Amino acid sequence: MSAGPPEGWQRLHPLSPVVRGGRATIAIAFLLLPIAFGRDTFSNATPQLVIITVLALGGFVSWLVTRWRIEDDDLRIETGLLRRQSLRFPLAQVQAIDVVRPGLARMFRVAELRLRLAGASGGTARLAYVAEHEVEPLRDELLALARGARVGEVPPDEAEAGPAPEEEILTVVSTGPLVAAIILESGWLIAILAGLVVGFVVSPGTVSGVLGGSGFVWLLSMATVLWRRFNQQYRLTVAEGADGLHLRGGLVALTAEVIRPGRVQAVRLVEPVLWRPLGWCRLEVDVAGRQKKKGEGEAQRGQLRTLLPVGKRAVALGLVDRLVPDRPRGLSPPPRRVFWKSPFRYPALSWRRTETYVATTSGRLRRVSCWVPLEKVQSLRHVQGPVQRRLRLASVHVDTAGRAVHATLRDRDAAEAAGALAELTDLARAARRKPALT
Amino acid sequence: MTEEWRTPARQLLTLRRLEVAAPALLVVVVLGIAGALSGSAVAYVLAGAAIVAAALLWRFVDRRYGSWGYAERADDLLVRRGVMFARLSVVPYGRMQFIDVTAGPLERAFGLATVRLHTAAAATDARIPGLEREEAARLRDRLAELGETQAAGL
Repeated sequence: MSAGPPEGWQRLHPLSPVVRGGRATIAIAFLLLPIAFGRDTFSNATPQLVIITVLALGGFVSWLVTRWRIEDDDLRIETGLLRRQSLRFPLAQVQAIDVVRPGLARMFRVAELRLRLAGASGGTARLAYVAEHEVEPLRDELLALARGARVGEVPPDEAEAGPAPEEEILTVVSTGPLVAAIILESGWLIAILAGLVVGFVVSPGTVSGVLGGSGFVWLLSMATVLWRRFNQQYRLTVAEGADGLHLRGGLVALTAEVIRPGRVQAVRLVEPVLWRPLGWCRLEVDVAGRQKKKGEGEAQRGQLRTLLPVGKRAVALGLVDRLVPDRPRGLSPPPRRVFWKSPFRYPALSWRRTETYVATTSGRLRRVSCWVPLEKVQSLRHVQGPVQRRLRLASVHVDTAGRAVHATLRDRDAAEAAGALAELTDLARAARRKPALT
Repeated sequence: MTEEWRTPARQLLTLRRLEVAAPALLVVVVLGIAGALSGSAVAYVLAGAAIVAAALLWRFVDRRYGSWGYAERADDLLVRRGVMFARLSVVPYGRMQFIDVTAGPLERAFGLATVRLHTAAAATDARIPGLEREEAARLRDRLAELGETQAAGL
């Protein structure tokens, strides 16, 4: 069993510093190559050896002084040699648990466990790295604890069952459409890349003159962005299990995460302009808590979780029905005079509510539909600009804990907007008072 | 909606007017001196323009002051503001994460403070400027108390 008795402190996997070193580790391996092949003597390579020894020692010490354990309802991590840090993460606030496996970690058969917590400061508890075979049971145990079970009460079979067998696979992204979708969505970028490659073949001199040194760096970073997206969305699988939605995927860096039910702050369906003729769309959910932007093999960033990188609208709406049981249907369009204010947005605008959810759509070229559970509404804003006042229109913004989803009842009749503000305020209050599902 | 609206303190209007009048006066005086020394009509025209601009700003500041308001309801706080863009925010007490009370040097000189509410949403925009210090403290304590009793999980 991974997590022993409550008083037992545990260490991370001994290879953690090597994996965490990431690119540095690879660089060191290259530094050592000449010595390994006998091209260089030890005396010649003394500076390199000193650096490597210092780094290795540093890594070893950082591993030695880091320990963790589960205490009642908290996960405690202690780390640091000189500046000792004791971190305490309340498991009740866990929003989602990710298992991240960068390429190097897969080589050494270890994985990182990431607990994302709620709150504006957005803490993330990282256990980097844990042996691969221990990760699944540990994650299940932490999830069980987060659900309200106490230490020791977790039935051993539940903790050791590995990937939950009762899960139901909802969608798997196929590779062809994913590639096509990424190319279509960033078509301009691909065009530039292709143009440059062709130009390079035809007359290398001019192209390299145009590009210069920084151009290549720019190109490289663009390629990295595309690659990262493909890498993390490759064969992304969504499954519904007892403990929430399971997300798995990745080509080189594997990620697996569980989003607990009732933790979804908002759902968003995006239809980029070039995807629309194909009837494709992307489905994303917003989960509270912010992720730090550092570390090797950062497979998932930000709060927005892509459930379906690309798929038919009907498939996506099927997923929406799982997430939003009481989905508002038959969204009502705004008054016709809105056309004079925002002609491009007008065809896409609409909204509707039920007792528990608000649905809005907007977008000029790119259509965006949002669903927000009223229970998760943070605040409501009624805004009326000068043009809107002239046309007797107003907007109501529904603020949620995420940063990415902006559900807005844009350009409604002034009376309707005022009514909606009062109505949504009352409904949101009622939804909050209702005992939470989790 | 029928509720009791409160407005920021009268001193806020004085402060805002001063923020318009003081720079305008400085500009006019400098331009006046420059005009007197050089005898150029351009300086006087510019000074006149500065006076007109200040008068317009003065009117705008007055209207903006008039637009500020807040109301404490049973379950949420209402904050309204804005002349061009009229905004009305509804912040449920249960959603408040923390409350800021700040006072800049000018505000302090007038015995004023700004109360700002934060929720888990970054877009929440509930700020009440120009409250008398006692009122700011009262509001802060009351909001904190209400927030505690009505707190809802994320």
